[in-house]
Amino acid sequence: MLTVLFDGIAYGMLLFVLAVGLSVTLGLMNFINLAHGAFAMAGGYIAVVMMQRFGLSLFWGLPVAFLVTAALGAFLERTLYVRLYDKPHLEQVMFTIGLVFMSVAGVDYFMGASPQIVDVPQSLDGNIDFGGVSLNKYRLFVIAFCAVLTLALQLGLSKTRFGSRLRAAVDDSRVARGLGINVTTIFALTFAFGSGLAGLGGALGAAIFSLDPQFPLKFMIYFLVVIAVGGTTTITGPFFASILLGVADVAGKYYTPTIAGHQIQIGGFVIYTIMVLVLIFRPQGLFGRAPGK
Amino acid sequence: MIDTALHATTGGESRAMAWFAERAKWRWPEFALWIAAFALAFVFPSRSALFNEVAILALFALSLDIVLGYAGIVSLGHGAFFGLGAYVAGLLAKAGGGAGLYSDPTFGLLVAAAVCGFVGYLTSFLVLRGADLTRLMVTLGVALIFAELANRMAWLTGGADGLQGVLPGKILGLVEFNFMHPEYAYLYSLSVLFILFIVARKVINSPFGVSLRAIKGNALRAGAIGINVNRRLNGAYTMGAAYAGVAGALLAQTTAFVSLDVLEFHRSADVMLIVIFGGVGTLYGAIVGAAAFKLLYDLLAAATPQYWQFWLGLILVLLVLFVRGGIMGLVSGLYARMTGKGETP
Repeated sequence: MLTVLFDGIAYGMLLFVLAVGLSVTLGLMNFINLAHGAFAMAGGYIAVVMMQRFGLSLFWGLPVAFLVTAALGAFLERTLYVRLYDKPHLEQVMFTIGLVFMSVAGVDYFMGASPQIVDVPQSLDGNIDFGGVSLNKYRLFVIAFCAVLTLALQLGLSKTRFGSRLRAAVDDSRVARGLGINVTTIFALTFAFGSGLAGLGGALGAAIFSLDPQFPLKFMIYFLVVIAVGGTTTITGPFFASILLGVADVAGKYYTPTIAGHQIQIGGFVIYTIMVLVLIFRPQGLFGRAPGK
Repeated sequence: MIDTALHATTGGESRAMAWFAERAKWRWPEFALWIAAFALAFVFPSRSALFNEVAILALFALSLDIVLGYAGIVSLGHGAFFGLGAYVAGLLAKAGGGAGLYSDPTFGLLVAAAVCGFVGYLTSFLVLRGADLTRLMVTLGVALIFAELANRMAWLTGGADGLQGVLPGKILGLVEFNFMHPEYAYLYSLSVLFILFIVARKVINSPFGVSLRAIKGNALRAGAIGINVNRRLNGAYTMGAAYAGVAGALLAQTTAFVSLDVLEFHRSADVMLIVIFGGVGTLYGAIVGAAAFKLLYDLLAAATPQYWQFWLGLILVLLVLFVRGGIMGLVSGLYARMTGKGETP
């Protein structure tokens, strides 16, 4: 029971790091970026290549994955995404799905279709006993790392000048522009940073979930659930939503109740149903505020 | 209602009628397209299995074009209705065992359309609650739930093994599906496509269809001139769902097999691509897009079977960046230049 909770929280923390960039950019520019998972996959594969080809440890892979995907995000934002901000949502969806398909096939071509196996650093291998509960060291590291990251994000958003500009821009980008805030630059930076975080999450998570070329498609729905449930106006919303989703997903895989003689694996079913219900009754998300616009 | 608004001015009525008549008129390229489509069955009977797939895909794309191109609802889960229709028709044909009412293909199509239309009507209320992003997620969520249901209800659907023993009866009690003669299946699917296309064309050029265009242009203003926006959108979504169900039913009947594949995400993504590729909100775009998609697929997948998705993605990206309006956008531009007239339907 505690193991399920523990695994679920680790998974949820990862999901948060993966999805938070998407939630902020979506709230900021109202741009539907279904290709967010492609950045996460890029980060994961960068870490894998560094470890397998160059024999570096995962600790080096993490910052490099962050920096390279952030640069990639900034580049794509400036060259391609920027042309689509004022286009209809349909075109944004088609464009980003196109990017997803290209990344899936491209990674398949260069890295092969089989899932990548990532070796956890020696120091984080194995379990530690914690009050009678055996906890996986790597997952503990993931939780600690993501918790620090979340705190840093929250502080950065609430205490720094950039953070307050960003919040103003998300709340009402038109008024923010009117006040002289350069929303375009803020967006470009946030997009790059969010992509970098996704890459970091992909690198961190490569050892926990299987990393294969289908990753962006598989996780697209998870990101959408996080945003649907968490809303796009804060980062605490997506945070709680991610933890909930992580725990629900892991628990759904462990428990298979028997209904009317059939063993039912509830897994995905419950998650999708919850998503649809939340969208219907609270379109702004469980934790989100109603939009002021 | 838009028609009462048009009636309000004197002489407006006749002008409106003339406008509707002008829109409803058939043009020569349309005749040529349909004659060519039917002729294909006799010219290349051996390739008819492929043509059959194109016809089914075209009907599926047509159903999404109604939802996306006319009602303006961005749906990432339209495959749900396709899959539901396929399972309904498949299960009916299985229950009939090749004879009797249950196995009658026409009956199967009607039931599939009714069931999918009903489910589409119910879900349309969920879909219409939100804006674009929410709609996207709700449609995707509904499709995922359907796929998950079909997977879990293996006792009914056959689960991962697929539905075995689908035995459709004779078409209209006359002609039997025959794997040696794939052109029968093609002609059957094409006839259904043709009939439903005429119906869709009528609906789109009716006051109902025009009010949909008004809503797509500006929902707020459409509401202000007296159009019941949500009711119209419910109607369009229901119609799209029923059409998609018929497309799924055609697939089940002509291939005598249904598998979980009919509910997979790629179906919804592919059909969206087809509609964009062909041209959103043009009806003919669905047919042209489906043919082009299948042709491209055959060409690219033959060259690099594994990486076909890459080219698919590239086409999507280039399409969005450079080609507005898809193939039909190009075609109608050419047509307008040739005849010196404005838009084609």
